[in-house]
Amino acid sequence: MAENLEELDQHIRACIAIFVALLCLTVITVAVSYLNLPVPATITLALCVALVKGSLVVSYFMHLVSEKKLILWSLSLTVIFFIILMVLPVVTDLDVISHTITVKH
Amino acid sequence: MSTIEIPYVSKPRPDTGLVNAKLGIWLFLASEVMLFGGLFSAYVLLRIGAEIWPEGVSILNVPLATLNTVVLISSSITMVMAWASLVRRDINKYRFYNYITIACGLIFLVVKYFEYSAKLHHGLFPSESTFLAIYFTLTGLHVLHVIGGMLVLAYLQFIGSKMWNTDPARFTGRVECAGLFWHLVDLVWIFLFPTLYLM
Amino acid sequence: MADTTITEEKKSEVSHEEHHEELSFLRKYIFSTDHKMIGIQYTITGGLFLFFGFGLMMLMRWSLAYPDQPLPILGFLVGNNGIMTPDTYNTFGAMHGTIMVFMGVVPLAFGAFGNFVLPLQIGAVDMAFPKINAFSYWCLFVGGVIMLASFFLPEGAAKSGWTSYAPLADIDIGLGQTFWLVGMIFLITSSLMGSINFIVTAIQLRAPGMTYMRLPFFVWTQLVTAVLLLLAFPPLEAAGLLQLMDRVAGTSFFLPTGLVISGEVADISGGGSPLLWQHLFWFLAHPEVYVLILPAMGIVTEVITNNARKPVFGYKLMVYSLIFLGFMSFSVWAHHMFMTGMGTTLNAFFQTTTMIISVPSVIILSCLFLTLWGGSIRFNTPMLFALGFLPMFGIGGLTGLPLGLSASDIHLHDTLYVIGHFHYVVAPGTLFGLFAGIYYWFPKVSGRLMNETLGKLHFWGTLIFMNLVFFPMLIQGMAGINRRLHDGGASYADATAIIDPGFYSHAANYLYLNKWMSMSAWALGLVQIIFLVNLLWSIKKGKKVGRNPWNATTVEWAAPSPPGHGNFESAVEVYNGPYEYSVPGAAKDFSPQFEKGAST
Repeated sequence: MAENLEELDQHIRACIAIFVALLCLTVITVAVSYLNLPVPATITLALCVALVKGSLVVSYFMHLVSEKKLILWSLSLTVIFFIILMVLPVVTDLDVISHTITVKH
Repeated sequence: MSTIEIPYVSKPRPDTGLVNAKLGIWLFLASEVMLFGGLFSAYVLLRIGAEIWPEGVSILNVPLATLNTVVLISSSITMVMAWASLVRRDINKYRFYNYITIACGLIFLVVKYFEYSAKLHHGLFPSESTFLAIYFTLTGLHVLHVIGGMLVLAYLQFIGSKMWNTDPARFTGRVECAGLFWHLVDLVWIFLFPTLYLM
Repeated sequence: MADTTITEEKKSEVSHEEHHEELSFLRKYIFSTDHKMIGIQYTITGGLFLFFGFGLMMLMRWSLAYPDQPLPILGFLVGNNGIMTPDTYNTFGAMHGTIMVFMGVVPLAFGAFGNFVLPLQIGAVDMAFPKINAFSYWCLFVGGVIMLASFFLPEGAAKSGWTSYAPLADIDIGLGQTFWLVGMIFLITSSLMGSINFIVTAIQLRAPGMTYMRLPFFVWTQLVTAVLLLLAFPPLEAAGLLQLMDRVAGTSFFLPTGLVISGEVADISGGGSPLLWQHLFWFLAHPEVYVLILPAMGIVTEVITNNARKPVFGYKLMVYSLIFLGFMSFSVWAHHMFMTGMGTTLNAFFQTTTMIISVPSVIILSCLFLTLWGGSIRFNTPMLFALGFLPMFGIGGLTGLPLGLSASDIHLHDTLYVIGHFHYVVAPGTLFGLFAGIYYWFPKVSGRLMNETLGKLHFWGTLIFMNLVFFPMLIQGMAGINRRLHDGGASYADATAIIDPGFYSHAANYLYLNKWMSMSAWALGLVQIIFLVNLLWSIKKGKKVGRNPWNATTVEWAAPSPPGHGNFESAVEVYNGPYEYSVPGAAKDFSPQFEKGAST
């Protein structure tokens, strides 16, 4: 990262732009929450904004855009397991045996 | 018994292009992601299973949390500036920006303290509902991370920066790693804020 | 290719570290940062916990064989005039599991062998982060002390099983379960720090020429194990925090609405989910099973190739199987939860992934068998244990298949069959691997060989008695005897007979096995004394050997025995693959990785 100072300057300028973007997104997400949209819409919007903000932080503040392959590989592994951890328990919660069998004597 | 030298502490290994600490901190952050992943997974499962789930706005203080979001984002940018100053070999500027970062952390904690004490004054304890329980657990763990990050930053500010005179490359690497952790704390908050307060 | 050598590093980088010649006793043996000393600390701690956990089990076996009769001589250990109450039995059971898994086998297989052998095998001077390494060990130590301290609490230690299922564990009175949770958080932190250290070491500190495909299989197993620990342990830490909140702050993460305790509706907010605990717990605990077995597989591979004097069969295939195994182990966990009311679609999904994950283990096992084919095998003690591992792990793995199929699991779940299966994997499986490793690397640690006669006696005794303990469990389990009964199923079987005296009471017909199993367990304990005697005797009086007593090819044998601080006298370079035995045309029947031109 930042082999020379010129690259560093560029990186810093990008980071400041992203800082401003993050502030704007924060204002937007709070403003949207006051609109009293239906719950699914609120959740989708809030999560989308959070995702955008999160990926901006990860890519530029944590300069993952220019990171070495090894780290990207280990992080993608983490992301896969993270998704498994989020999705599978929920799926098991939705697919449950719900009917009861009555036995006649 | 002489002191042994561990390779690649300040110079990157040619084939991986990484120093040890850089790889180490990223692995640590991966485990942190899984830690919060477990809690978020719990949140999702509890929310799906709940008959009614309160809207965050009705219980929590959104303006204060918005302020805290802004504070944390600002501390992230000053963290970047602190590291960049070191790359430019300007230790004084690093100290200046690092002070601001730590100060932002302090502001965050003070705001959080007011939020918590307001909740507890109104009798809103974690045992009141699953929502409050997960709220206190998630934000509590996050606060612990903020405190941990601040301790690391303070260490680098006062004691650790002696290394600047002996091995500037390694010290810059340390600051970068501390910065990565600090950004993760910010990142977690970016997801905590909408999940708990806005949905 | 890394051609940077250690000597190129600047001297100034370590100038802040101390340079004095002799470290004090405290720094050298207690708060050491040398990976070999930490490895030995792990060995001693893990070994002591293993024997402690085994001791708990030997006491429990009294209750199983002679329920409600006073324990002779050792009665003071269980209180209540030497009669073991069901509560004490539950405490011992829960702590036996916890101690064996988290404080015995993991520290030994991962902490001890990984610490001592891994840096040596890749030609490194130490771990990447020596101080964090020492920190991991001391976290384990503190966690262990907390766990042991919980035995002295007024209500005793945790008694909700090693799985700590909610809501039982949530509402358990006394501080035992709380201590368990706090102890677990320390143990988890220890493993996390250790795993980061292992991964960074294995990737960053490989000697020049040590490419990924030249890594000994043992290093690969440690690497995959470390990844499993790194990514699977944090969710359990999260679950532990939630249960701690439930117990300390009165939250209801795992307590459902309307929970009735002792006939009264509990005063809780409710809304929690007991299944949440199981998800988070098994998300760790299934990869954990592989954490237990993979290092043993690595050790066995080293020992078998060395003593068969042949290259391992299908090295790359084994490595890829291992990686696939590690990856898959994250998506099978709900096969522990078939009986929780999960839908049939998901049951089918998890039983499919479970069947898939058995394939790579079979591949690895087959490769090891095929390595033996046509070898000129040396039957020394480490080899005997390694050979014993193969069929024992085979039985363990195959008995797992009926449990992984949701239909047969209905019959077998929660019976002693599960216990038998699991112990076949971990006791004659992993422990045989660990014993093989101890006999194999003992010369590297001490510069002396262990006694062969005592070693063989130890092997045969252990093999026979372990099978006599665990095989009857499979029979009893199929007869339907529940795994958690303090009387070994006696009251349950009697009740059946009382209801219908003429009826064939299946459990009752297999109760006599309890006495045999208990006798075997105690005999197994006696056999381990041979091992202890051998170990202590060999440290002082064993036959002295040079650096490479087994004529092995991997890099650890290039170092002096025992290796000094910094491991190797000169920087190591690696020239060929890990298992170049009996290379046609070579001068000797082994071509070490660290000798240039040895394989030509």
